[in-house]
Amino acid sequence: MRAATPRPWWRRPHVVGPVLAVVAVLLAVSMVRTLTGTEALTGSGVVGATLRLAVPIGLAGLSGLWSERAGVANLGIEGMMIIGTVCGAWAGYAYGVWAGVLAGVVGGVLAGLLHAVVTVTFGVDQVVCGVAVNILAVGVARFLCVVAFNGLPGAGATQSPPVRGTIGTISLPVLAGGWGTPDLLGRLEQTHWFLLSDAGGILRGFLHDVSWFTVVAVALVLGSVLVLWHTAFGLRLRAAGEHPAAADSLGVPVQRMRYWAVLVSGGLAGLAGSYLVTVASNVYREGQTGGRGFIGLAAMIFGNWRPAGTVGGALLFGYADALQLRQSTAVHVLILLAAVLLWMAAIVGLRRRPRLSGVMALLGMTAFAVFQTTDAVPTQLVYATPYLATLLVLVTTAQRLRMPAYVGVPYRRGGA
Amino acid sequence: MSPHAVHEPPPLVELRGIGKRYPGVVANRDVNLAVHPGQIHAVVGENGAGKSTLMRILYGEEQPDEGELLLDGETVRLRSPADAIAAGIGMVHQHFMLAENLTVLENVILGAENTRWGLLDRRSGRRAVREVSERYGLDVDPDATVEHLGVGQRQRVEILKVLYRGARVLIFDEPTAVLVPGEVRALFGSLAGLRAQGLAVVFISHKLDEVLAVSDHITVIRAGASVGSFATADADPRRLSRLIVGGELPAPAARRRGGGGEVVLRLRGLRAEAVADATLEVAQGEILGIAGVQGNGQTELIEAIMGIRAVSGGSLHIAGREATHLGTRGRRRLGLACIPEDRHRQALALPATLWENAMLGSEDLRRRSRWRVDRKAARDATGRLVAGFGIRSPSVDVPAAALSGGNQQKLVVGRELGGRPKVLLAAHPTRGVDVGAQAVIWERLRDARDDGLAVLLVGADLDELLGLSDRVQVMLRGRLSPAVPVGELTVERLGRMMTGAEPEPVDSAAENR
Amino acid sequence: MRPARTPGWGVASTLAAPALALLIALTVSTAVLAAVGASPSRTYLTMLEFGVRPDSLVSAVNRSAIYFFAGLAVAVSFRMNLFNIGVEGQYRFAALLAAAAGTSFDLPGPLHLAVVCLVAVLAGALWAGIAAVLKTWRGVSEVLSTLLLNYVATAVIAFLLAEVFAAGSATGSTPELPPSARLPELDGLLALLGVSLPAGAHLGGAVLGAVVLGVAVHLLLTRTLYGYDLRMSGLNPAAAHAHGIDPRRMIIITMLVSGGLAGLAGLPDLLGNTYRYGVDFPSGAGFTGIAVALLGRNSPLGIALSALLFGFLERSALILDIEGIPKEIVTIMQGVIVISVVVAHELARRMDRRRTARLVREGAPATPTAPATPAGPAA
Repeated sequence: MRAATPRPWWRRPHVVGPVLAVVAVLLAVSMVRTLTGTEALTGSGVVGATLRLAVPIGLAGLSGLWSERAGVANLGIEGMMIIGTVCGAWAGYAYGVWAGVLAGVVGGVLAGLLHAVVTVTFGVDQVVCGVAVNILAVGVARFLCVVAFNGLPGAGATQSPPVRGTIGTISLPVLAGGWGTPDLLGRLEQTHWFLLSDAGGILRGFLHDVSWFTVVAVALVLGSVLVLWHTAFGLRLRAAGEHPAAADSLGVPVQRMRYWAVLVSGGLAGLAGSYLVTVASNVYREGQTGGRGFIGLAAMIFGNWRPAGTVGGALLFGYADALQLRQSTAVHVLILLAAVLLWMAAIVGLRRRPRLSGVMALLGMTAFAVFQTTDAVPTQLVYATPYLATLLVLVTTAQRLRMPAYVGVPYRRGGA
Repeated sequence: MSPHAVHEPPPLVELRGIGKRYPGVVANRDVNLAVHPGQIHAVVGENGAGKSTLMRILYGEEQPDEGELLLDGETVRLRSPADAIAAGIGMVHQHFMLAENLTVLENVILGAENTRWGLLDRRSGRRAVREVSERYGLDVDPDATVEHLGVGQRQRVEILKVLYRGARVLIFDEPTAVLVPGEVRALFGSLAGLRAQGLAVVFISHKLDEVLAVSDHITVIRAGASVGSFATADADPRRLSRLIVGGELPAPAARRRGGGGEVVLRLRGLRAEAVADATLEVAQGEILGIAGVQGNGQTELIEAIMGIRAVSGGSLHIAGREATHLGTRGRRRLGLACIPEDRHRQALALPATLWENAMLGSEDLRRRSRWRVDRKAARDATGRLVAGFGIRSPSVDVPAAALSGGNQQKLVVGRELGGRPKVLLAAHPTRGVDVGAQAVIWERLRDARDDGLAVLLVGADLDELLGLSDRVQVMLRGRLSPAVPVGELTVERLGRMMTGAEPEPVDSAAENR
Repeated sequence: MRPARTPGWGVASTLAAPALALLIALTVSTAVLAAVGASPSRTYLTMLEFGVRPDSLVSAVNRSAIYFFAGLAVAVSFRMNLFNIGVEGQYRFAALLAAAAGTSFDLPGPLHLAVVCLVAVLAGALWAGIAAVLKTWRGVSEVLSTLLLNYVATAVIAFLLAEVFAAGSATGSTPELPPSARLPELDGLLALLGVSLPAGAHLGGAVLGAVVLGVAVHLLLTRTLYGYDLRMSGLNPAAAHAHGIDPRRMIIITMLVSGGLAGLAGLPDLLGNTYRYGVDFPSGAGFTGIAVALLGRNSPLGIALSALLFGFLERSALILDIEGIPKEIVTIMQGVIVISVVVAHELARRMDRRRTARLVREGAPATPTAPATPAGPAA
């Protein structure tokens, strides 16, 4: 063997960058918390809520990742989630909560199958089909809701009866107080030390009272990494999205790989939907998905089509959502946080992109001025926080991303 | 190597009486070809002679309408590339089939992966790739990402892909088209290595010198049929070239000395991405050729002049007017026209009709239209264009996609010349078109030049470049050499300039390693 | 696209796809109805009977005007391969501002109305313009940004209603618009033509506006240089750019036009029905507009027909609840129509292309790729 060994994984750019970013954000958050005394910013309560809210977004993002890695843009994730919610609520009411989870997946897979048939077999524009799937899904859900739930106790024209049973939670022993053991991180959080108690609060939020569903979701992320990057199947699937003609010329069945990818994508989206009716709440309601499928896609874009980055994006949006729901007054502090982060970005980019840095610094100052001159964000606007955060992230990241080369391009042998 | 031995083993691959028709076109008829192990077999012919179709048949991408294909003396049917790979036939594509975002290793093992407990066994794959690359002298780092590799290295990855699958017959489709001379030498070294290991190499080319330098045996294809097959040692270059073109070589055209007119395109130290300090002048009635190996900034230079790529410094004058800060339309109004290098991407909207395409960029029709599209004028103008250039189309209302490549290109050339421009940028104006269209396009370019048009011609085909240009500048790593009158140039000198072997008096010495 | 020669074929292939889509939708909904135990034939008959009643027809036509505006807005962007999925947010935002503007000043009749419409157009264009700027400035996909802006619009509208325009109002809505800002009804015009409407049914003035605007947009798209530039940019942005059509400019203009049209979608309800903007203002037309544009193949006439179809379906479904059949079957029908129409059109497009290629080959003498005597560069 020659000396040309690959760089160890912890020094590769796609690992180093995010780690540095996380550290920088932690620093900024900790600073803002100390300055403003807004303990909720890094409280385990908010972080726990972040995790709970991030799960459907992360699953939606993972759904998009599977599909787009194989070269099929999936704008229909929102619709597949909707199908997941209505199927999940129906089976959850009829057969119990885990059956609901399973039914959500099945519903999502069926919706994914539709997307696959239309885009892969018929080669229809993938964005158009995704939009059409969403429209159809809304109709199907509305119809199923009326047909399946009408007249049941607790149900209405746009709402299902409650799902039977709940999914349990788990806390890590010793560190987060599982099974009656001490709650070390909890104590650390109470100290309000700079940085240390922030880290403690954040870790406790991730380890305390975690739903089994969340555990499953985390396992699915790890499983996706394993399958997509460490199996022959995954290599072929990614090749179908990076250069389908090359893959085809080597005997890789491109269309079949794309089918698999879109089916898995549908299943994950359906799972995200069933989460909404089994963990986030216990009923189906019209409009429940609230654009989380699209936010998930944004999380995937933010994560540069990589699982770890997608999870990061999901947590970010979950955080914006959690703060909004749990302590809407803290949203005002987010403006200061945005200012600090913009300034940090301006300093980092000073050398390579001086003009952009200037714009960022200016935006940061504007944000700071807004923070200084206002006391609170109007409650109606707080609702928009996750969507605005998503837009903000897209604005700052959209241009330096590397998407799979053939996303959105229908593949047919011999071109055209 | 002696393909003449009396007790010669059966050919590894043999094509007998192959014929292939497309609707309205005969691509191949009665082609015979026999390739032996340990042989480099060149298949030569003009562009459009039917070499590519033949190779697609050999690689299972097309099915022949008649004739048979024999492997080790037995008739086989190859229904797909997968069949061909299984039979030990591999193809090194001219346009690389590599996923840029994946590593060399991933590209090579794709579709033929080793796994352990269901997981990718990258280690054994890496070992196998190293083994193959060492045995045949192909040096590539398996863990490099393809997007970071140069052209020569990418080609080696393509060869690795084929060898990794245990191919015994390797088809090289115009492999030198994208290489600089140094890389060509390295490639020929690799080919010799393959031959030494007893593999059979099919080498497709239209460049006689290369064929004579590297091959053991030559088969000539003309107008879809094989018209001669003999050992390279017995080949006489003159006879060979007559065989290829079916007559005498086209004589270099009688040239009216161009130039001397007013300078209508002037670049002073123009800088853009991949273009450093480009300075050039084109006068009325002359053709300035830009030679160079692909990827040395020619594409970027043309796009910067067209106004679709940001210029970061220097100046650009069209017809005596400063145009550096004008947009594409402003420059076209000054008299700029362009035949882009990739007509499907930059020149035509394929689903749109001929007249809509003919109107694209036509300031004349736009002016006439004011705010409303003058369809009648556009149709009439298109009709004249179609007739004048002999474009084969039933009407001006069919989509451009329905035309053949040559007719599409004639439409583009006609459209750009039709606006009576002062300056024409022509990037590879005859790439991928049939011989007939090529002749028409060349003739029209000359006529326009003689009428006073200034042409900036970018080409990879040296024959075209030397045949048309009055002066030539060479582009290397984003820099332009001083202009050399074409009379003072030989192909050899040009080759040296293209690779930087001939130091230029410019301050590019530091660039030359 | 202008198909080659052979009159009749073009029309046939344009109609075949939607017809096939409707057939598939009918089949699917028949199966669904049968599956839930309702009689398909009785359902369709009931719908038809109720749907063709004069008052139903008037109501369907009124409803279709809304979908027509929304569909046009979507279609203009689709024509350039831009996906303005944010018509929903745009039209609601525009309706709020128009309602607020209409009550803040007084002008004589037609002028008042015109100003209110103008405000709606500008507000819709403004909201869509955000996405246009994000795309041209930072490369943000307009698909995601317009979608996300829908949710932001919801928040902004709630804020503006509660804190600015309806602050202190008991109903949570803007004050009622004065008659001078309302759309006239066309009943009188119909009476002149000898058509009398049943009592209680009124044909809204928006319908006339829709017809005029449809013709205008058709001319804009097919007869003007802007329409030409739009088409070329949509078909091949790189080629358009290389020939002087600035893509950024086209993106901005097209999104503004699309948003402006979207702004009109709220007006038939605002100026002809509710006369005020409140939390209960009808929503959802933006998404229906996408379906309508896809079914209508982005052409104004097609959009008009599909808007009428959607309006008819929704109106005629109202009877179903009384009959004990879930009226939501119509939402499934609409969804299936959309999916099957995009598939049907893709298939029709391929057939068309093969056919034209054949036509060109037959119309032109066949040539071998290499002539026997090659013509070199002629002197």
